[in-house]
Amino acid sequence: MIGYLIRRVIQAVIVIIGVCAITFILYHLFPGGANSEARIILGPRATQPQINLFLVQNGLNKPIWTQFGILVGHVFTFNLGYSYKLNEPVSTIVLQKLPKTVLLVGLAVLLTIIVAIPLGIFQVLRRNKPSDYALTTLSFIFYATPTFFLGIVLIEVFAIHWHIFPPEAPQSASVGQILADWRALVLPVVALAAVSIAGFSRYMRSSMMEALTEDYVRTARAKGLSTRRVNYVHALRNALIPIITLLGLTLPAIVSGALITEDVFNYPGMGLAFFNAAINNDFPLLIGTVVVAAMATVVGSLLADILYAVLDPRIRYV
Amino acid sequence: MMSLGGEAPGKDAAISEAERIGGELIAPETEVTEAGEAGGIGGLGKVIWRVFAENKLALVSVGVVVFMFLFCFVGPHIYITNQTDLVITSVNQVLAHPSAQDWLGTDPNGYDTVGRLMVGGATALEIALLAAGIATVFGVFFGAVSGYAGGAVDAIMMRIVDTVLSVPTLFLLIVIAAILHPSFWLIVFIVALAAWLVPARLIRGETLTLRTREYVQAVRAMGGGGGRIVVRHIIPNAVGTIIVNATFQVADAIGLLAALGFLGFGVPAPGTSWGQMLSNGISYAQEGAWWLIYPAGICIILITVSFNYIGDALRDAFEVRLQRR
Repeated sequence: MIGYLIRRVIQAVIVIIGVCAITFILYHLFPGGANSEARIILGPRATQPQINLFLVQNGLNKPIWTQFGILVGHVFTFNLGYSYKLNEPVSTIVLQKLPKTVLLVGLAVLLTIIVAIPLGIFQVLRRNKPSDYALTTLSFIFYATPTFFLGIVLIEVFAIHWHIFPPEAPQSASVGQILADWRALVLPVVALAAVSIAGFSRYMRSSMMEALTEDYVRTARAKGLSTRRVNYVHALRNALIPIITLLGLTLPAIVSGALITEDVFNYPGMGLAFFNAAINNDFPLLIGTVVVAAMATVVGSLLADILYAVLDPRIRYV
Repeated sequence: MMSLGGEAPGKDAAISEAERIGGELIAPETEVTEAGEAGGIGGLGKVIWRVFAENKLALVSVGVVVFMFLFCFVGPHIYITNQTDLVITSVNQVLAHPSAQDWLGTDPNGYDTVGRLMVGGATALEIALLAAGIATVFGVFFGAVSGYAGGAVDAIMMRIVDTVLSVPTLFLLIVIAAILHPSFWLIVFIVALAAWLVPARLIRGETLTLRTREYVQAVRAMGGGGGRIVVRHIIPNAVGTIIVNATFQVADAIGLLAALGFLGFGVPAPGTSWGQMLSNGISYAQEGAWWLIYPAGICIILITVSFNYIGDALRDAFEVRLQRR
């Protein structure tokens, strides 16, 4: 178990170095190389000496492997560079925005689990009846609905037409204030969670179905336990375990979804900061947010894997 | 060609023909009896078709997909309107409500919405099919080579896949789109870049089981090289997995393309795609211009659901084939 954890952590570190390599390659994708990057940041009227100074200051004149080493070192010491557009270190901006995105993603995951698991169980108990078919069709449709389209429809219906919820996410600076403005949080969280609710309830349904065919369920029935006890204690507990793995695997998709949700609802998190950086050619912020989003996702998946290993005693990692 | 029984391994032309059709005739000597029961290659095709056709939703989905293709590619030749060139004669033509002339109204530029749906759909379908095709071909070869090579090569190739799979890809794709300005082929490349990972993983798994089969050992014993084994024997035998996954890839590509278009990284004007139409329409939601939002969104959902249903039905059909073996 300890050995497994160590190996899993090492794997996560390798993934993060891999992400650094990808962003490093992206950084060097600039048509025209570091020179034109300096030109974008310093402006079209910058003189060649100014550009040279910029290159030296930012280490862009060093050999490429040294530059890569510096980048990896910076990422692990959380020194992510400086945003010339916002005139702030990238790490400061990230520290402001990351908790808000973690809140959004966390609430969406919570909603997914609260809705999808009972939904899947309900479908198994009513399997092959009209309500099961209706829910299956519904989950297929929600699975195919792009997050931004659902967001737009929610705004149209609940904010513009019925005035139940505000059309914009909370704009407060701190996480506590955002939570206090819960009415404004409802639409973004629902829009983000809908796709994963559809996916998770499908998975829960098949996982529960499979658990009901296991030998231990038959044994429990043979012992004379009530159907309720067999379903909820014996089958459900085992059916829940794969859901944790699924959570780890879907996390990247949910974080991608958060990027879109934040854009649709103007939610002041990492996704919106990233999107604005992309529009403004703010490359240090752009690449800093990619690295942090990737790191957050990797850590989240790591936690899901560890939870899985702790919860399922049958699995022995050697 | 209808019965598998007659061919011997030496008849190269006949074998390659059979490989092309069904990917089934790799080791005739081991499959004679099973093939006899299924009634040859034609029979296998029939079995797959019968199971597929039992699924009514999948048949409806095929109908929807065919309709969408006709709508997007043939439609513009029948429904003549100003889809790409701006010929506005009066202000009334801008943001007009649906009417007999413009069935779904016009957008802020005066384009007819139905016409734009056709143009945008054609772009979306072309990009999705190209991207899914490229991703499938690349992913299949990557996975097959990785699984067949094994050892350190396999470990390195799969760690690359793990790395890219464990990060939110939309972020990376937008960085690329922001650095290199979007064009048709760049978007195809970007969507394919996100899509090849899943087929690579699936085919690697399949290859791990296929490489130990008797017919692969036989080819090796006869002096067949790794390239021949992968291309002529392993990939044709994984064709079911490949086709099913390619169907899902198209659905995913349409979704990803719509997201990219919505965020402003779409094909340059005057071209458009469904996602871009939605992105432009959202600004007019407050004014009640529903025709700029719902038609494009419903098109995306319809085509995605259809491809997902078709993929599901194909998987069931191919699984029946596997059970018959």
